[in-house]
Amino acid sequence: MKAPLSWLRDFAPFDTSDPAALASSLDDLGLVVEGMEHVGEGLGDVVVALVEGVDAIAGADRIRLVTVDAGSGPLEVVCGAWNFAPGDLVPLAPVGAVLPGDFRIERRKMKGATSNGMLCSARELRLSDDHEGILVLNDVEGARAGVPLTEALGVEPDVVFDITVEGNRPDAWSIAGIARDLAGRLRLPFTPPDPAPAPDLGTPVAALASLEVADLDLCPRMVVAVLDRVRVGPSPRWLARRLLLAGMRPINDVVDASNYVMLELGQPTHPYDLDRLAGAGLVVRRARPGEKLVTLDGVERTLGTPGRGLGDTGEDCLICDAEGTAVGIGGIMGGESSEISDTTTRVLLEAAYFSPMAIARTSKRLGLRTEASARFERGCDPWGIDRAVDRFCELVGAPTATGKLDVRGHVPVPERIVVTSRRVRAVLGVDIDAEEVAALIEPLGFGAEPRDDGLLVTVPTNRPDVRPAPHGVDDVIEEIARTYGYSKIPRHRPSWPEPGGLTRYQRERRLVGDALCGVGALEAWTPSLVDDADHAAMGLAGAAVEVSNPIANEEAWLRRSMLPGLVRALARNVNRRQGKVRLFEIGIVFSHPDVGARTARGGASGSETAVLPAERELCSVVLAGEGDDARSALAAWRVLVDALRLEPVELVADESVPGLHPTRSALLATSGTAGTTIGAVGEVDPAVAEALGYAADNGRIGWLEVDLGRLLDPSVTPRRPVQARPLSRFPSADVDVALVVADTVPAARVEAALVRGARGAGTGDGAGTGDGAGAGDGAGAGDGAGAGDGGLLESVVLFDVYRGPGVPEGHRSLAYRLRFAASDRTLTDEEVGGLRRRAIDAAAAATGAVLR
Amino acid sequence: MGRLERDAADALAAAASSAELAEVETAALGKRSALAAAHRHLAALDPDARRAAGKALHDARTRLEALAAARAEELVAAERALMLGRDRLDLTEVTADEIRSAMTRGRLHLVTQTRRELEDVFVAMGFTVAEGPEAETDWYNFEALNIPPAHPARSMWDTFYLELGQPETVVLRTHTSPVQIHLMEDGPPPVHAVIPGRCYRRETADARHLPVFHQLEGLVVDRGITFGDLAGTIETFTTAYFGPDIHSRLRPGYFPFTEPSAEVEVTCTICRGAGCRTCSSTGWVELAGCGMVDPAVFEAVGIDPEEWSGFAFGFGIDRCAQMRHVIADMRVLTENDVRFLRLF
Repeated sequence: MKAPLSWLRDFAPFDTSDPAALASSLDDLGLVVEGMEHVGEGLGDVVVALVEGVDAIAGADRIRLVTVDAGSGPLEVVCGAWNFAPGDLVPLAPVGAVLPGDFRIERRKMKGATSNGMLCSARELRLSDDHEGILVLNDVEGARAGVPLTEALGVEPDVVFDITVEGNRPDAWSIAGIARDLAGRLRLPFTPPDPAPAPDLGTPVAALASLEVADLDLCPRMVVAVLDRVRVGPSPRWLARRLLLAGMRPINDVVDASNYVMLELGQPTHPYDLDRLAGAGLVVRRARPGEKLVTLDGVERTLGTPGRGLGDTGEDCLICDAEGTAVGIGGIMGGESSEISDTTTRVLLEAAYFSPMAIARTSKRLGLRTEASARFERGCDPWGIDRAVDRFCELVGAPTATGKLDVRGHVPVPERIVVTSRRVRAVLGVDIDAEEVAALIEPLGFGAEPRDDGLLVTVPTNRPDVRPAPHGVDDVIEEIARTYGYSKIPRHRPSWPEPGGLTRYQRERRLVGDALCGVGALEAWTPSLVDDADHAAMGLAGAAVEVSNPIANEEAWLRRSMLPGLVRALARNVNRRQGKVRLFEIGIVFSHPDVGARTARGGASGSETAVLPAERELCSVVLAGEGDDARSALAAWRVLVDALRLEPVELVADESVPGLHPTRSALLATSGTAGTTIGAVGEVDPAVAEALGYAADNGRIGWLEVDLGRLLDPSVTPRRPVQARPLSRFPSADVDVALVVADTVPAARVEAALVRGARGAGTGDGAGTGDGAGAGDGAGAGDGAGAGDGGLLESVVLFDVYRGPGVPEGHRSLAYRLRFAASDRTLTDEEVGGLRRRAIDAAAAATGAVLR
Repeated sequence: MGRLERDAADALAAAASSAELAEVETAALGKRSALAAAHRHLAALDPDARRAAGKALHDARTRLEALAAARAEELVAAERALMLGRDRLDLTEVTADEIRSAMTRGRLHLVTQTRRELEDVFVAMGFTVAEGPEAETDWYNFEALNIPPAHPARSMWDTFYLELGQPETVVLRTHTSPVQIHLMEDGPPPVHAVIPGRCYRRETADARHLPVFHQLEGLVVDRGITFGDLAGTIETFTTAYFGPDIHSRLRPGYFPFTEPSAEVEVTCTICRGAGCRTCSSTGWVELAGCGMVDPAVFEAVGIDPEEWSGFAFGFGIDRCAQMRHVIADMRVLTENDVRFLRLF
């Protein structure tokens, strides 16, 4: 809120010489000064001038030459505004004047005309936001040519602080409240407003109006006063100016007085034209379901019906006239029918304490937030109402009926809380003695009676942020800390015996990211909120989770895959001529609970079990560098296998992975018990890429995706053993084997059979080759160390694939290099030959392979 | 007329490729087709005959168009099947020397780099790193954090709701604070954890805000933890991350889940405290929110606030990156322009 220093000074003698120091104190109290504006300064050189003539300038159609007289003869000024005519009085900044904002007026030539100064708008003078034209001063009393503008307007230099008040401090959301905090900090006396009594009308209020509150839970207290012989007109200049400085537009003296009281004391009030109320008085009640009312802003509101919001009971507090017709929504906005007008003579003023929660839910449902509702929902002081009403009556100054109507239900009363010195020390880590605590919080209106172990604190009713005990103890301690000064609390770095660190999952997730950087991929951040059409485009069946209140339809669904986002990112880079790149992302994808669900505490007070989308953390990679395709994706995958020391993971060709090229993609299946799928490798389906804006002629997109939850769980994706094994010091023997196999047989099956055969683990037809079960003949030859590992085969590598003459159509020749070694001797040719034979036989039996 | 349609239909059916079909379609249905010519002749007929012939022509066109569409679908499917057959690649027969690998190094996203660095600073201070889900119930995101339904304080967070269960009961977390609740529910204190993660707020993106962003939360629950410990931890962190000439200060703030609450301000990284436009000439910029864990939060998770106390803090990972690297407009973080990704 905007707080002019001159207004703050009504309540405490603040020093005006150093506003920055005041701002710093306010900051330190948590009343954050977002801006500080010096107003009425820099106007010393500006004078009132009489417009004598306005002439066109040859060749210019936007500016004119104005002749003015500021008491010392005619002066020519070029001006671009058109809202004045000869005979008007306007502000003139002569050459040499320095306007607010350090704006120096120079003599200038425009289109051949010389300008000897500037005529000013209200905004240029920082008097208001009005920049529609030059400020015309004809109606200003005392404005004559040559008179200094400050004298004519009665403007004193002032400083306006723009202060953000936290939501839990309704007491400070007022000029007096800010002054109270600041005075406390600066140890200055704070004098609360003490309205003088208004002239007594001599008629008891009850004779003029009635008040009935039917639903005291929504409106625990309401006060009504009646003023007569009101003459509605403009507010006095000082009041209008204060409203302007505080950012409110003056309307008429009655409405202005109500606004002024709200700004000054934080208590909204509402004036009604008593003669326009059907039945002289007010009835406060719950709105009936579906009841309608046209509010002051001209909008018809439907009330009394719960909205979608959690906890919205649909209870709205209506203010009605004595005949029961709605005239306003309590605490939020009045109705059109009983508005104050120029002809109003009798005013009924309503001031109330509304249930903060009720105001919050009505305001939220109606999307109607007003200065009043914002204050009521934070909680006004139920016992500050009387002062606010008196202040209003004082400002309006009209004869006021004797007494007030006052209906009360359960109105909050001051809480009493014991705050022990021990607790203060336990929370803040510093000893502040009880006497000092009392001196800190008493200026804020808290009562503090010493006790053996601390203080008995009485909480003023303007502090709804302080809860009842026991939680309220810490709320009081916050006040102590705030007034003591957070910066004075000694800092200390805590330590504890438990070690810090990343989990294994977190460490290995970093490893995955680093490994992918190693293959030249850049990490991207694509949207989590996407268009469901993208899921359809990649052929993902089933539902996505929908956002109830998206910002845009394209961001209305939780992503189920990162493929669309990554392909779109590729496309965007292509469009920006950034060429061919590899991207990856590590992030969360969501399943609809119908497919994959997680349960968690939910419902009111967490008493029920709620169903939520299952979340999986994936790592997805798109490889669209020069020449990239499924092979590049495979390479990236092999790097991950190596980085994580994975046991072999099977590639299972699969034609139906959504979004992927049917004949160039495979699932990654672990050898673990369930043979779990942990991801996929291959290519993005060119048709899908095209649908996502990546044209096929940009080349193929290699694709790798792994579910990190599965990949990094060794019970799902087994790791190679970490125990060291003695390295053989004897020469190894390489054997090359070229096998002709039908195209329909995956090479992986051939390789698996070769390994099986060479290790002698036994296959269905292994018996035919004469070896026994178990570790094969290596064991018999004394290969003790390697027995558990399958013997003498060290590695199998596919090193050549050949199709063409010499190999039948529909077949290819796969050339493998098998390396054998024993840890304790050099293998004989016979041994190697036997192993080779068994490997070939196993491959032949399992896949129909023929030795080439 | 019948012949005209039959010929056209035969031609469409005989088209052997999408390209050929397109030609045939133009010939049969385009401006210069016999059909179009017949249509032009309608004008010469008397009204009744014109109506009948016009309808016949229209029906024929409709049938032919359907035929063309069906044939197009067939051809596309056939061509795709052919392409898939030709493209077929046995990923298990790819040899090592067939694989190209870039010799340039990629980069982690700036946000990931920042997150790792922040994690490392806190790990060195003895913190563990915890994570939690991005979709939460109202209980975890609000209620257990001392923000009851319909409480006015909820307006501090613009929330995305999900179409699950009762309206407004499932949300995209607006902060990482729900993980505080998970951690305190999951086991007895002590807790010393930082919680990085993605959060969501229903705000339009601008230079300083993204609707989807990253936060790092801290939670310490132990015996004898005080506000002084919080201030000390924050100062240690800011010095470690931003450098020795960057300091922190706390000023009163408001969060429903901490009491006392504070805003953390750090020396402006642009002007190093001298005062500039970024810091509105104050020399300080807001970085984080923090405070002592509110007793109502302890109550929600069944921890005795007499025995245990704690503090929590939270700040934007993206904001730290923005401050450290002087990023004028945050939206560049989600654009994935490789020129930006390669910068860091």
